Amino acid sequence: MAVRFENEIPAEEYFAPGHRACMGCGEALAVRLVCKALGKDVIIVTATGCVEIISSALPWTSWRVPWIHTLFENVGAVVSGIESAYKALLRKGRKKLEPGRRIKVVGFAGDGGTADIGLQALSGAMERGHDFLYVCFDNEAYMNTGIQRSGSTPYGAWTTTAPHGAKSIGQRTWKKNMPEIAVAHGIPYVATACPSYPYDLMRKVRKAVETQGPSYLHVLSPCCTGWRFEPKLTIKLGRLAVETGVFPLYEVENGVYKLSIDMDVESLKPVREYLMLQGRFRHLPESEIEKIQERVVSEYKKLRKKVRMSQED
Amino acid sequence: MNEVKGMSRKVALEGSHAVSEAVRMADVDVVAAYPITPQTHIVERIAEMVANGELDAEFICVESEHSAMSAVVGAAACGARVFTCTAGQGLELMHEVLFVPSAMRLPVVAAIANRALSAPLNVWGDHSDAMAVRDCGWIQMFAENAQQAFDLMLCAYRVAERPDVLLPAMVHLDGFHVSHVVEPVLLPEEGAVREFLPPSEYPFPLDPDRPVSMGCYGPPYIYTEVKKAQEVAIENAYEKILETFKEFKEVFGREYRPVETYRAEGADILLLMMGSYSETAALAVDALREHGESVGLVKLRLWRPFPFEEVCRALRGVEVVCVFERALSFGMGGPLCSEVRAALYHLPEGKRPKVVSFVGGLGGRDVRAEEFENVLRRTKERVSSGELEGFEFVGLRE
Ligand SMILES: Cc1ncc(C[n+]2csc(CCOP(=O)(O)OP(=O)(O)O)c2C)c(N)n1
Ligand SMILES: [Mg+2]
Repeated sequence: MAVRFENEIPAEEYFAPGHRACMGCGEALAVRLVCKALGKDVIIVTATGCVEIISSALPWTSWRVPWIHTLFENVGAVVSGIESAYKALLRKGRKKLEPGRRIKVVGFAGDGGTADIGLQALSGAMERGHDFLYVCFDNEAYMNTGIQRSGSTPYGAWTTTAPHGAKSIGQRTWKKNMPEIAVAHGIPYVATACPSYPYDLMRKVRKAVETQGPSYLHVLSPCCTGWRFEPKLTIKLGRLAVETGVFPLYEVENGVYKLSIDMDVESLKPVREYLMLQGRFRHLPESEIEKIQERVVSEYKKLRKKVRMSQED
Repeated sequence: MNEVKGMSRKVALEGSHAVSEAVRMADVDVVAAYPITPQTHIVERIAEMVANGELDAEFICVESEHSAMSAVVGAAACGARVFTCTAGQGLELMHEVLFVPSAMRLPVVAAIANRALSAPLNVWGDHSDAMAVRDCGWIQMFAENAQQAFDLMLCAYRVAERPDVLLPAMVHLDGFHVSHVVEPVLLPEEGAVREFLPPSEYPFPLDPDRPVSMGCYGPPYIYTEVKKAQEVAIENAYEKILETFKEFKEVFGREYRPVETYRAEGADILLLMMGSYSETAALAVDALREHGESVGLVKLRLWRPFPFEEVCRALRGVEVVCVFERALSFGMGGPLCSEVRAALYHLPEGKRPKVVSFVGGLGGRDVRAEEFENVLRRTKERVSSGELEGFEFVGLRE
């Protein structure tokens, strides 16, 4: 059995340098780390969005593993087709793999391609139980098309389609809880992660790869361009999102919740520390920051309750 | 019907089940489909075949037609032989995805049980769905009966998967009139089909041992060249389609042409159409020929790539061409007629027929043989009164 260290980062790059991401892009960093953890025996399906655009302008490609992009909202379905094709071709002896070797089909999509337009295809794929990993790179808006709001944009954030003004505070809705939607499908493995915690992220990817059946990884990917912060703050913002409880890191394995960093409610940093570094929240009055603080605490308490309750039975 | 070489058996089959049979004999690897009338019988039968082991395939019960087409695109990219089928609304929901396999050169094969489009909701047959996907870059053929649906499915796989073609192909069969009618069908021996369709060998499948990037985006500096390459591919496919029809005839005995004719020799008026109504129209032609009228029938089998030359050859020098079609491009007229007119435009004066347009059989409205006789009568009236512009509805209740 191969010995693997918890904090081992392979030297191999499967997402090659030279792509066109913005300086300080949290999504590109997350993709790179996910690919390192995946290794070479994968087929990656990517939705239209920043990841596809920065990595694939003809005639160049950043992908050193088999990669396909078709449309924006169909990653779940393309993944299903690929997984099924491999199953059929292996069974019919038309493809051969060395004993013990397994090809993992992995879907990559943004928060828009996952929580909004691609939700149906993803839901179908999870419900049917294909053997795949789906990674949502959540930068909390449609960044590729110019910072429009998505269902995953947090409350109060400015975006180009949810601007703040005399009659609006910006995004009026609370962030859609996409990991919980995945959990509701009863799939074996769901986790949240963030490239600010690279070892944790990669460990979760490896766990997902080993899982038979659907697994879902939701990766918060700070976006300096869309969130309006200095590129050097990407890692710090990811950390603050976790430390304030805005984006808790956790896993749900066969319905059992587990916090990846076990902080109690009292030890959470104030959300203000996270919000004030980002131009997208700069317009928020004190009262709105309070409202967000309350919401974060109550959501975090709910999550801790799920951890307790699911671990009890 | 022609003699068939080798062993074959004659069975009574619904058009839908003839398609399912072709899928089984083609030993398809991945099927993804979503039910919609009048396509349902095709998938139900395939599901049964997979369930009882008659067909060794993965059957993906997708949650929509958009996903059905997306799934078979993914599977084809791995080198699997794939199938999907739909109709009407389902084809519309697939619309966005249809342009992907043609540009990415993936040999997806689909059967469409043609259906009218909502609103108002109408589950019955016409060609509105087919016309709406005219420009998606697929090879498209029209069957007029169950036998043709079966045969053209085999031809579709053979030509689509040729390494010098690699394009998706669609077989259209009229909803209900073909999909739900039980007809005698000659089913060839499976061995002959396996020989005609050896396992597909897609040259650049998604494979970790040979990584490729598929579906990269094309900025303005390269998009035009990509489209040019795609156009060259489908133009070149024309010859390969002819070859495929020829090879099909050699093995199975039945002959197909991009443009087929019935009693067209020396006719002054030719009726032109696609799909199952040509069988009804043939009865009208017979009746009128009995009365000494000089009429004949032209059936467009191949819709894309459009067989310009063969259309011109079939219609050249005829006095009048009467195009009957089951679709309408609102504010323009009959889309089939407009293409036929375009094909004839360059014929020299004197060789260029007059063209009159009729639209009917919409949303499953029956058009009987007598009505085709009427259409031919109206054609003559319209020619003599000079009413060549526009189109006329067939069987409209006013
Ligand atoms: C059907 C369709 N609708 C809209 C678009 C335009 N579009 C392309 S990417 C995108 C947003 C992507 O946002 P997200 O999924 O969050 O990924 P990101 O770019 O933020 O990483 C949109 C709206 C499209 N390509 N296809
Ligand atoms: Mg996004």
